[in-house]
Amino acid sequence: MPLLEVTGLSKRFGGFVALDGIDLAVQEGERVGLIGPNGSGKSTLVNCICGTLTNETGTVRFNGETVDGLVTHERTHRGMARSFQLPRPFATLTVAENLRVPLLYTVNARPGHKLSAAELDTRCAELLALVALADKGAQLPRDLTQVEMRKLELARAMAAEPKLLIADESMAGLSQSEVDDIVTLLIRLNERGITIIMIEHIMRAVMKFSQRLVVLVSGKKIADGKPDTVIRDPEVEKAYLGQ
Amino acid sequence: MEARPEGLAKATAFLQTGHHNKNNELARKYLPAGTGLLGEQVGFSYDLLINALIAGILLGGFYAAVTLGVSISFGILDIVNIAHPAFIILGSYIAYIVNIRLGIDPIVISVLMLPVFYVLGAGVYQVYYESFERRGQESLRGLSFFFGLLFITEVILILVFGVDYRYVEAWYIGPTWRFGGMDFPLRMLVPCVAALALFGALQLFLSYTFIGRAISAVAQDQQALRLMAVDPIRIKRIAFAISIATTSVAGALLIIIQPVEPSVGREYIGRVFAICVLGGLGSLPGTVIGAMLLGIIESFTSTFYGPSWAPAVAFGVLLLTLAFRPAGLLGR
Amino acid sequence: MRTRVFVLISIAVAAAVFFAARLVNNDYVFFAGYTVLQFIVLATAWNILGGYTGYVNFGSAAFFALGAYSTVFFHKFYQMPIPVLIVIGGVISGIVGLGMGYLTLRLRGAFFAIATLALAVVLQTFIVNWDYVGGSRGAYIIRPNEIAWIGPYIQYLFLLMLALVVISLAVARGIERSQLGYGFATIRDDELAAEASGVPTLRLKLIATTISGALMGMAGAPFPYYIGYLQPSSAFGLEYAVNSIAMPMIGGTTSWVGPLIGAILLGTLQQIATVTISSAVNLLIVGLLLVGFVIIAPNGIVGLVQGWMRGRAK
Repeated sequence: MPLLEVTGLSKRFGGFVALDGIDLAVQEGERVGLIGPNGSGKSTLVNCICGTLTNETGTVRFNGETVDGLVTHERTHRGMARSFQLPRPFATLTVAENLRVPLLYTVNARPGHKLSAAELDTRCAELLALVALADKGAQLPRDLTQVEMRKLELARAMAAEPKLLIADESMAGLSQSEVDDIVTLLIRLNERGITIIMIEHIMRAVMKFSQRLVVLVSGKKIADGKPDTVIRDPEVEKAYLGQ
Repeated sequence: MEARPEGLAKATAFLQTGHHNKNNELARKYLPAGTGLLGEQVGFSYDLLINALIAGILLGGFYAAVTLGVSISFGILDIVNIAHPAFIILGSYIAYIVNIRLGIDPIVISVLMLPVFYVLGAGVYQVYYESFERRGQESLRGLSFFFGLLFITEVILILVFGVDYRYVEAWYIGPTWRFGGMDFPLRMLVPCVAALALFGALQLFLSYTFIGRAISAVAQDQQALRLMAVDPIRIKRIAFAISIATTSVAGALLIIIQPVEPSVGREYIGRVFAICVLGGLGSLPGTVIGAMLLGIIESFTSTFYGPSWAPAVAFGVLLLTLAFRPAGLLGR
Repeated sequence: MRTRVFVLISIAVAAAVFFAARLVNNDYVFFAGYTVLQFIVLATAWNILGGYTGYVNFGSAAFFALGAYSTVFFHKFYQMPIPVLIVIGGVISGIVGLGMGYLTLRLRGAFFAIATLALAVVLQTFIVNWDYVGGSRGAYIIRPNEIAWIGPYIQYLFLLMLALVVISLAVARGIERSQLGYGFATIRDDELAAEASGVPTLRLKLIATTISGALMGMAGAPFPYYIGYLQPSSAFGLEYAVNSIAMPMIGGTTSWVGPLIGAILLGTLQQIATVTISSAVNLLIVGLLLVGFVIIAPNGIVGLVQGWMRGRAK
């Protein structure tokens, strides 16, 4: 049974069809790459999966249950997490406090062991170290560089201890080595058991990371398979790469 | 602040009681003998219904004039200008002063004042943009800013003019056209026609001029505008200035329809946003339809339940619409 | 500082204020002071919703008046001690806050703000048309001249309002330092990201609306006794809406200290202006200050002080 199962998902904005009958199945432990030209609906798909937007038709099943009626925070509690394409930090909280929020409201909201204040501090420090922001914990997000904000965005999603992490263009603007760092980080997370969907434009990262590649063009899925095969698909070349 | 009558409810109640006093100038002008609330004939229930409907439609037309500006500033620009009614009242008082001193027709005055209000609107937008939009703090601070403006305007008007009701003089305030049982009080008919003319002008402007279309576009895609070498900020400023310019006309129409005092603006906040939400944000035709609908509901409520319930109508409609159908009746 | 300690200190300060006022031996101090204390409660209550979560309430007068009119209503039934009426007023206003929140909080903040305005007018219209509580004619509450142990009745009202100040400040500060405070802040900063991080935003907003409404209702409950003759226009007066917004905005919205400072400063200023100039001019000043601060010093006086201290630390 797939961890995430999207069937026949459609989303319209007035007369504009953003997503048209998307089917997507992600197995537990997979590393999926999602690519497509700007405006193809990738972020809309993420928003529908996570509940930020409501799809008109189709179902989203996560971990065996239908999540269609659930609000975003309920889906996060069940194990979905996402980072935003344009970073959306909590501007009046410090960097460390930004990470504390998902720990308090997601990790501690789940049944089982509740993290104590000390454990929360430790966890925040660990997460900060993971994304190389260890010395920026007490600063405000507005003092961070663009790159650091993207890392914070990713760390905040990871703080929710998700089963499924959707990373929405977290590498835009990073240098080559920084991109490699993030890819290594994500692969490491995956080895710990987190299923990851990576939405990216940086093909090098996508090819290195993905076990499976999905291509979205104008709201339709036009390819879904092994990265090497998908890359050579003439449809994909025409719509996306061959420009 | 000392107690004083509240807006339309009390004004109309005032008109009704004034009506019983045949010596009352105001009553004689606004309510020919033998008439009820908005000029319709009382005593024949079928006629009452028809005339309440007509009164509602005429009132609705006027409400459209009041709301068209907000349709632009809120519907298109996403700026919650709750001070809009304050500008309207300002327009009313300007029409009042010039009318009293120079005897010029109030609608003519308002058209002459259009450039002044336009500049005022541009100035307000500039302050709003610099202080809030650019810093990304529109919601809390922006709302407080406009609320402060609303408040300041009301208090200044009280200080300058006092709390007495003011009204204007014009040849069409008083007479009523009668066609076979139906009454069309001119003081409501003329503003309604003027309002529809305003709507027509705005709709043409938005559809057929370059700037007008840019304004419609700026809501959707600022980036595309930039690529066309059009400064979105300038477009937004023009749009907001236009929305404030409409208040000049709306204010004149208001003081033609009813006597005005500084706190009257506050009840229009609810009406204006109720109509906007009802009609679907950003759609000018939707605004007109929503306005007519609200006018009719209010007119019926007033006629059959009494004028003191009228303020609750608009706000009640607003609450219900927000609760159950926030995209509006014609919503996208 | 733990909340318990804070409460003890505030009670001590409140007691000091009370006894200092008695030393002055002029009833005017109590009458004017009551108004300032009332504003502290209103401003603090407003800030729990407006400052902490970012949802602006323009209808503070509605909740305040609900408290006042629930007192009038129950007063006709059965003479109850004011503390009981305060609780009743709080409960009723809290429920209305919850209900209105449930209807409108799923929408954008701007719509919520407009809805609060609408609520105030609808409520006022209902009250104006409801003869049992006096309608537009108003209602009289005969207040006793004296009360046991304290003396003049106004001092008793003053004491009650002091108690409400302590309660509201403790609640605000308690929220600020708790997990709830984090949640509120994330709603204010970025509601979408808050939801994505697992914060149940609707539930938290409802909590904020309920607490805020309840506190405002509690502030309104003793009002009929204070004023003696209650009319809708005074209970629903615009000065409540403006001041509940202006005081926190000028004082600073991010902490419990802001509304306190704003209320004391503005409240005192208004008492002086009303007596020396006129009530209309004093409201004009409030409006101008609000607009001025919102443009120039968006974080209020607290923000200015913090900025100054940070500047000195560098």
